[in-house]
Parts: sequence; structure tokens; C-alpha cells
Amino acid sequence: MERTYNIFEILVGSKGDRDFGKKPVVIQGITGSYGSTHTRLMKAYGTNIAAGVTPGKGGQDFEGTPVYDTMAEAVKASGAQISAMFVPAPFFLKAALEALDSGIKLLVAIPEHVPIRDSIKVLEHARKKGARMVGPNTPGVIVPEVMKVGIMPAQPFKAGSTVVFSRSGTLMYEVSYNLTNRGYGQKLCLGIGGDPINGTNLIEGLDLIRDRSDIDSVVVVGEIGGDAEEQLAEYIIQTSFSKPVIAYIAGRAAPKEKRMGHAGAIVYGDYGSAESKAANYAKAGVPVAKRPAEVPELLAKKLGR
Amino acid sequence: MRLLEYQGKELFDEYGIRIPSSHVAHTLHEAREGGRKLGYPLVLKSQLTVGGRGKAGAIVKCKSEVELVSKFNELLHKEVKGELPRGILLEEMADIKRELYLSLFLNRSKRCYSLISSAEGGVEIESARNKVVVDIPIDGLSAHTAEETAFKLSLNGKTVVSFVDFTTKLSRLVSEKEAELAEINPVAILGDGSLMALDAKVIIDDNSLFRHPELKKYEHVSELEKQAEVSGFSLVELDGNIAIIGNGAGLVMSTLDMVSDAGGRAAAFLDFGGRATTETIYDALKVISKINRVEAILVNLFGGIVRTNLVAQAILDAYKNNLVTVPVFARISGAEAEKARAMLIGSKAKLYNTVEEAIQAAVTAVKK
Repeated sequence: MERTYNIFEILVGSKGDRDFGKKPVVIQGITGSYGSTHTRLMKAYGTNIAAGVTPGKGGQDFEGTPVYDTMAEAVKASGAQISAMFVPAPFFLKAALEALDSGIKLLVAIPEHVPIRDSIKVLEHARKKGARMVGPNTPGVIVPEVMKVGIMPAQPFKAGSTVVFSRSGTLMYEVSYNLTNRGYGQKLCLGIGGDPINGTNLIEGLDLIRDRSDIDSVVVVGEIGGDAEEQLAEYIIQTSFSKPVIAYIAGRAAPKEKRMGHAGAIVYGDYGSAESKAANYAKAGVPVAKRPAEVPELLAKKLGR
Repeated sequence: MRLLEYQGKELFDEYGIRIPSSHVAHTLHEAREGGRKLGYPLVLKSQLTVGGRGKAGAIVKCKSEVELVSKFNELLHKEVKGELPRGILLEEMADIKRELYLSLFLNRSKRCYSLISSAEGGVEIESARNKVVVDIPIDGLSAHTAEETAFKLSLNGKTVVSFVDFTTKLSRLVSEKEAELAEINPVAILGDGSLMALDAKVIIDDNSLFRHPELKKYEHVSELEKQAEVSGFSLVELDGNIAIIGNGAGLVMSTLDMVSDAGGRAAAFLDFGGRATTETIYDALKVISKINRVEAILVNLFGGIVRTNLVAQAILDAYKNNLVTVPVFARISGAEAEKARAMLIGSKAKLYNTVEEAIQAAVTAVKK
């Protein structure tokens, strides 16, 4: 994927834009119980939910938000480039392709249990369309105190200048909460997702914020399984990434060859083990916290404040 | 879902990938029948989901029916890494000229499928030299790419044709059955230049099972796991005495790490997901109550969307109905935490401000 993808431009726009911080968002699956609950919470947080889609319910309205049968209609009416997907996993592929074909540039894929082949197909299609997927199996993306697209609670997050990337939902909340309590607010928190295949992986996450002067540090919440952390560590070295990076890795004590809740959290031999990840982080000079509460302590050391 | 060797080979057979003549036996009677059908000598292979069977002595040769009786019974009761076999596979001895390594797997960092092959079969792939790795598009491996790979492995003559046929069939299986991994180690090159799969390690993407009713028969879950699955929980049983419950896989893993750091041992990992209600927590406690070795329950909940007073109510209900008798150590952060704390006063459950404090208390309690 091209390194120039500007997630901030898509999410909030530039200061001076007429709709700065109020970019329209479409909810796929707006009338379902999950979708409707979180539509309310997102609205309450300040997100501009401009349209919803539920096939067969076009023409209705959900608490003031117009509902359409298709993504094409919803995008045409709202001008949205962002979609938050609340469709059940078996319908994910069709809904995601429809969103991309309608001009969506940021697909926030909330559902868990999406088949791997479906994720790969969506990812390939997104590449062709110059779009980006976050997830699946992600809590979504939040620009604290501005807007959120996802299912995260509001209370752990506060505006600031660090960034959190997380392979786990609740740990993203937990770690951000610890950061917030110590005075380290966040510019962006992005859920990478707990699946083996991620629409936006850690390396791409790093590239999203590399050149931003309003971001001074990065926190990476990882877990066992795969080699995303290993690849990230190598990328940090290769590209001489200059902002301080702090990591946390969940699953040190997990048994091998057991799937620990997330589809992606499984160790085969040494592949995906916490030791392998920690060893690679050490080479890249990235300190690894032993527990979530230690993250702000390590960040304080790195930043010298 | 990790298939047993014989199950993977059933799929191979369905796709025209050659496998040795074989017979699955669960009883000595079935084994004798297999022996008569296949003839001697043959190989007995313990059907396990854990690796390292060869080293553990769970694959043995067998020369006669007399030998079969003793060796079969021994294998059937032989645990490998804590796992008892689910049957013994009897197989003919193949006429092996040389061996290859072959695996088609989901390459997570490249986000595509990859084919790894090596002219050195039968050894662990990590230690194999001259590995050939090719990436495969989502539609599957082309005959052209398969042929190029065969040449890179220095195969020649009829073996090249066999290799192309064998690998493209394997690729079709991986696509159609939605496997995360199909590993064959070793693939035998027989005297006549054809290829045969001597082993099978196939892992199916669990999330795709809803559209594969034909694979349902291979599912093997314990009563407890089934109950957890119906409720939408992820459960992993462990061998300690502290059960860990929480909302979110990462959070529960993190708690498991901290319990281990504090010198405690976990009895179970239970993630009940993001949508916690009184019912889900109660059901989670119900699942945990079936595990006898549990001496303490540690609850780690990072709320926000979760209402902690609902959690407290579920714990109280579980005590009232005698579902739970062991102490509960809870860290519940989120909405209504003060209310939850007050509700639990006077019960065997205690609320802590930090997870570290809750863990310390739980570990101390089980050590008494």
C-alpha cells in the first residue's frame, strides 16, 4: 500500500476545512443491536454519523440518521469516505466489497470471526481502490476528544501527542487509560485487530504517523502469534524511525499451539512466541513493558519527562 | 481446527493426492482387521494433534500380527505431551526413493498464501537447507509456478510432472477447504517417480467452518469447550488452580502473564468478549465451576461499556445458587465501580483497585 495514505486527512481533515473533525461516516448494519448501540455512542462522542445501511430498510431513519438499502446510495447522499462495519462475519465479504466499490477509502471492520480468505480478498480489492482497511476484529480508530469510529469506550482516552497501535481491544483501552492517567494523551489510537490477517498492520501503522510533527511517541500493544512485532522491529531499524517506541506483549505465559481467544494469538514452535518478539524489539532499542501499568513508566524514561 | 493425520489424508485422497494404503483402528479388533487387509510389515502411527510423534516413539514399525498386539496396545495408551491418541493409523510401508518437504500456508506478514518446499524431507523445516518459497495468489498455485519450483528443487523427468500435479491439487484443497496450513513432511518420491504424501498436517480456518458442513465431522471439542463456545466464550484449560476470567483476549492473556510472574498457576483462560451482561458473566462462572481444580477465580474486567454492577450481581447470584464456592478476586474498572464494590461487601468476593492487587491476593489465598 502506498506510504502516502493520510489517515488523519480522511478521519478529521485539515484545520480550516469546513467539516474539520466532522467528516461523514456511514454505518453498515446500523439497525442491528450492535450497530445501533454504537451508533449512539459514536454520535455522543462527536462523530458525524451521516448515513446508515441495512438492506431492506432503505427509506427509514435511525434516530435522525437516514438509512439506505445500498452503500452506493448512502455514499452518494452523504459524501462519506469512512465506513464502520457492524455486519456479521458471514456477510462481511459482500458488504466490504460493496463499500469499496462505492468509494469508501477507510473501512473500519469491527466484526470478529471473519474467514481469512475473505479478509485477503477485501485487502486485495482495497489496494486496487487506494483504500485502507482497519481490522477485522478491531475496536476501531479514535482521535481522542474529536471523533471515534468503533466500539471503544470514551473514558480511557484523552487528546495528546502519543499514538497507540494495538492487536487487542481491551488492552488498547487499558494501556491508553494508564497513559492518560500519567498525563500522556493520545493523538490517535488504532486497533490493528486480533486476526492473523490485518488490513493495516503495525508497519503500515508506523508509516501513517512517521512524518507528523504533532506526534512525539508510539506505543505498540502486541501479543503472541505471527511475526508482526518482529517485522516492525526490523522496519524501525531499517528506516531509522526516530520517535520513541514503547512496546507491550501479552501472552508470555500462554501455552504453545493453543489459540488464546484471538484467531491470531497462537504460537507454533518459536514462531509467534513472546521471547522472539522481545528479542527483536531489544535489537531495535524498543523497551518492552512487563505489564500494562509499566508502559507509561517506560515512556517517561524515553521522553525524559 | 487441527485435523488428525488420517483426517488430513482423507481430504488428500478426495483431491487425488496419493497416500499410502491405510486403515484407522481404535480397538485391537480393528487393528487386526487392518493388518490382514494391508499385510506386514506395516507402520503404526499414533493419531495426535501435537508434534514430535517420531521422537516420542509414537510411530513404530510392525513386522507381524504378534508384534501388532503388543505394539498397538502400548501406543493406544501412550501419552505424548499430555495427549492420548484418538486412534492409531496402520499404513503400508512405501517404496521410498527420496523425500521432500512441502507446505502451503497462510503467510501472515505477507498477507497471502506461500508454498515452501525443500529437497530435504523428513527433517524439521527450520533446519532444512535450500528452501524454496513462492507466494501464491488467492486463486491458487499455477502449473507454471509449480513447474518452476520443481526445477528449483532439481527434480527431473517424471517427477516434475508428478510434482506439478501434486502441488496444484494441494493448492486447490487449501483454497476450497479454507486451510491455514497444509504441511506434508515428508512427501515420498517413489521408485516410479510419482509422489506420495506420507504425513498430513492440516489446519482449517475455524472462522470459515460455517460454510463447510462437510468438515463438521472432524470437530473435536470437550463438553466444556462446547459449552463455552455456545455462550460465545473463548476457553483454554490450563493445569493450575486459579481460573482467570475477563473481557477481551489480550486482557486475559495479560492477566495470565502477571499471575505467572506472581508465582501463581492458571487453571483456565476464559475470555467472555466485549458484550458483558449479568447472564454472560454468570455463564462464564458456570463453565468455570465445572473445572474441579479451581481454588480461586480471578476476574479482570476493563469496563467502560461493561457495567460493573452487573458483574457484581452475577457473582452474587453464582454464590447464592451454590454455583461457586471458591473466593473471587475481582478487579473491575469502569462504570459504576463504587456501586459494585458496595454490593460485594459481606460475600466471598472482593473487589480491588488494581489488577496487581487482585492477583497478589488470589495467589496468596491459594498458597495457604
